[in-house]
Amino acid sequence: MDNENTSVLYKETFYDKIFKPEIVTLPNGHTVRRRRSRTPFIVLALVIAILWAVKMTGFDPSEIVRRFAKMMDLMKKIFQPDWSFFPKVVSPLLDTIKMSILGTVIGCAVALPVAILASSNINRNAIIVSIFRFLLALIRTLPTLVIALVCALIFSLGTFSGTVAIAIFTFGVVSKMLYESIETIDMGPFEAMEALGANKFQAFWSACVPQILPVYLSHCLYCFEMNIRASAILGYVGAGGLGITINERIGWRDYNSLGTVLLSLFVVVAFIEFFSEYLRKKLS
Amino acid sequence: MASKLENFEQTFDRKLTAAEAYANRPRHWMLYTGIVLIIAVLVGWSGSGIRFTGMTTTGTEVARGVLHGVFSPDLKLMFGTGETDVPYLLLQTIAIAVLGTLNGAILAIPFAFLASGNIMPKPVAYLVRLIILMIRTIPSLVWALMWIRVTGPGAACGVITQSVCSIGMISKMYITAIEDLDTHILESLDAMGCNAFEKIRYGVLPQLTASFISTTIYRFDINLKDATTLGIVGAGGIGASLVQCLNSRRWAMVGSFVWGLMVLALIIEFCSTRIRRKLAHGA
Repeated sequence: MDNENTSVLYKETFYDKIFKPEIVTLPNGHTVRRRRSRTPFIVLALVIAILWAVKMTGFDPSEIVRRFAKMMDLMKKIFQPDWSFFPKVVSPLLDTIKMSILGTVIGCAVALPVAILASSNINRNAIIVSIFRFLLALIRTLPTLVIALVCALIFSLGTFSGTVAIAIFTFGVVSKMLYESIETIDMGPFEAMEALGANKFQAFWSACVPQILPVYLSHCLYCFEMNIRASAILGYVGAGGLGITINERIGWRDYNSLGTVLLSLFVVVAFIEFFSEYLRKKLS
Repeated sequence: MASKLENFEQTFDRKLTAAEAYANRPRHWMLYTGIVLIIAVLVGWSGSGIRFTGMTTTGTEVARGVLHGVFSPDLKLMFGTGETDVPYLLLQTIAIAVLGTLNGAILAIPFAFLASGNIMPKPVAYLVRLIILMIRTIPSLVWALMWIRVTGPGAACGVITQSVCSIGMISKMYITAIEDLDTHILESLDAMGCNAFEKIRYGVLPQLTASFISTTIYRFDINLKDATTLGIVGAGGIGASLVQCLNSRRWAMVGSFVWGLMVLALIIEFCSTRIRRKLAHGA
């Protein structure tokens, strides 16, 4: 006999119609249906994807094995940094940090009002919400390097274009993370304040802002971490910072100096990450 | 802060009224002024280094050209089937990301187990973590530039680059999953008389697969966006053509590449969010 509940628990999908589920009779006489495993299907799809991707890219694993010694050579040179090059690293490194600080601050400042407008629990107008979300999604699809390249073409080469690119990227990311967080806040206090006679702005200011602020700061710090790493390469397209130095050193095959650049970047990034993680833990 | 109010209540030996409690509400103005001051100082310092040197002479033309290109893309390029057309390049970008992510996900497994504090002795774990941090810190573009020196330009170089630089983030997420392992299950399997293989099969794998797969899909999302930029240095994919068009100011072509990028990113983000939600909630 068939258990009546199974039909509720058991949603038949297209896959189950082709591969009929196995029927198992339990010792007490009930029958249950066990779905056929989807693993073979997934594995097959994965294998096809891999074969197709290998054909498309011409990737050959034996190549890595053959060239591995060469790469190791390169790595060895990087780990013997040439510290006499260090004075030339300081100024672009500071530029990189400045770019990411300014870009992050600008991006985060713009992101706050937009995120509030794009969160459906505060802005009741569904059309405006979806327009803002779509625009944010579009901004996020553009790679930072492409934005930086366009900025470099518009605003001339240098740190300013990098700052603009980082600000745009930060704006996209922080707005998205923020409106997702805003939608999870407790709207009870807001309604209570409104019931007590506060206007919308007063209610928002004292009921929602204290809930949003720590999350907002934590997102900003997280984004700052990402930006430090991202801004290091913006120089490659001429937007200022370490990227110019890195590109130049690799071009000259001066891997010992490249090691200096990368190690200083590593120290700065590790320090900032550690500091920001500590602050974010405090915020939450 | 609550403790301060409780202190008041104890000294007065009665519940505070709402008005009194409000008058003694926690005040963070010191903290807030501090944060604002720090940010102001940082902005002031960094603003000193960044100079607005004005637009280039062709700046407005570039801006107008990009906008024009986006609204009137080169349709032949956008839907063509040749090896330089948008669909082929997008597929190549996806292929790079697929292979790179899979390789990275497999390579990350040994790293993750070596770096887990609950399996390995502490010194080994910390050493491996340092290596992982180093892999993560070097930007993927720099990895690509280094690998190009070794393997030469092309899509294969992109795959190798992504395999290496995915290790950093993937193993970081794997480590959290491994350290959250519930060891009581292993103990009960032990008590049932299971051997080491059975313990791994029924005690460890079911706990790890969901989060491992979820991490891998998340990384695929990131790698795909990365793969579009790797082309800029010559590691295959759509980036190279986009940059060439930008530099030679063929705006209609730029427009079609940008549309391609946007559509690809939107589709992938949608799919990956759905799959990961399914993995997290099981339905």
